Amino acid sequence: MNKDILTGLLLDEDSSLTLSDLSHACCVQTEWIIELVDEGILMPDGNESSHWRFSGPSLHRAQTVLHLQQDLEINIAGAALALELMDEIEVLRTRLYVLERSD
Amino acid sequence: MEYKDYYKIIEPDKNATQDEIKRAYRKLARKYHPDVSKEKDAEAKFKELGEANDVLKDTEKRAAYDQLGSNWQAGQDFKPPPDWDAGFEFSGENYSGGDSAAFSDFFESLFGQQERGGFTGRQGGRTQYQNKGEDHHAKVLIDLDDAFQGTTRSITLRSPKIDAQGHVTTHERTLNIKIPRGVKQGQQIRLAGQGSPGIGGGAAGDLYLEIEFNPHSFYRVEGHDIYLELPLAPWEAALGASVKVPTPGGVIDLKIPADSVSGRKLRLKGRGIPAKSPGDFYAILRISLPSGNTEQAKNLYQKMQQELAFNPRASLGV
Repeated sequence: MNKDILTGLLLDEDSSLTLSDLSHACCVQTEWIIELVDEGILMPDGNESSHWRFSGPSLHRAQTVLHLQQDLEINIAGAALALELMDEIEVLRTRLYVLERSD
Repeated sequence: MEYKDYYKIIEPDKNATQDEIKRAYRKLARKYHPDVSKEKDAEAKFKELGEANDVLKDTEKRAAYDQLGSNWQAGQDFKPPPDWDAGFEFSGENYSGGDSAAFSDFFESLFGQQERGGFTGRQGGRTQYQNKGEDHHAKVLIDLDDAFQGTTRSITLRSPKIDAQGHVTTHERTLNIKIPRGVKQGQQIRLAGQGSPGIGGGAAGDLYLEIEFNPHSFYRVEGHDIYLELPLAPWEAALGASVKVPTPGGVIDLKIPADSVSGRKLRLKGRGIPAKSPGDFYAILRISLPSGNTEQAKNLYQKMQQELAFNPRASLGV
């Protein structure tokens, strides 16, 4: 049993990943990440791919697209739409949760 | 182990064509995909679906499974008869080569020996750096208070491991993880090297922990902002008042402006979840009525009715 306390890296909006970091983390070629940027799923800072900086949440987003592609055979445009709808559903779900609970 | 009725899992009956099976699977896969579905056992169900589909979509495996299956019901205690697959040839090329730990004991006992190794993890191979170990993903549940103060969480992970005989066993380990203050719902904490060990000396995979908040009984969290439905007495809303309001950071006194209506939002800047740019705290006003079932209350309400010329439906034209 490990008694040490581990501190990880919180992938929040302030943390930044390069194109290379992100593709390593997802175990994909950089071309695939570039496709996501082209589709507007990921929006890095910087003008050229060598200068791109992705925010922390980009990792989870990219991983979700990867899962959708592999498991459900959704193409990238479809995955982009799915992600946007899923974001919206999450917001609505939380609102509904509160409204249904008060009185 | 238990017998698994793959037809029941995917839903078409035993005489379904390959097309029907494919259609049924795809529909259910979309429904139960763990990234899409909010159902509690979505992940288990999705895995089960995948396994059923793997067997039924492959004509060789389906035929073998059918031959064996006619006498069994799902859940029954099962042992494959010794020559059950006699006469069937399983061509290695048909096997998708998924990670054997992803399949049930039942599947393993029938088809496991056909596996041609490889750690591709999810079904349907993907481009992967050959040596890096698999990444692990887990969810960690915290309370809103934990996000305000930070905390340490102990989590137990189960990972598959191949032992000396080549069997897959599950290996449990417990880790203590620091949760920093200011985390947001859905954010991930990455612990490098805590995933599966690498192959052939490659780097170990990473562990990703996704933060999920336990729903709070009265706060609602959206991103870094916190919302609270704040009940007010009618006189507090009409005349204005100073009321005590709970916030995760402590109780505060909030000034309610006179003539406030239900639904009005009062914003307390910076009192949401702490972060580099902290979120805000919103009190949403809701007027609560004292009950009218005592003599005294009835009198007071009737007095209001008579003395205040008030038509709340004036804007509806009635």
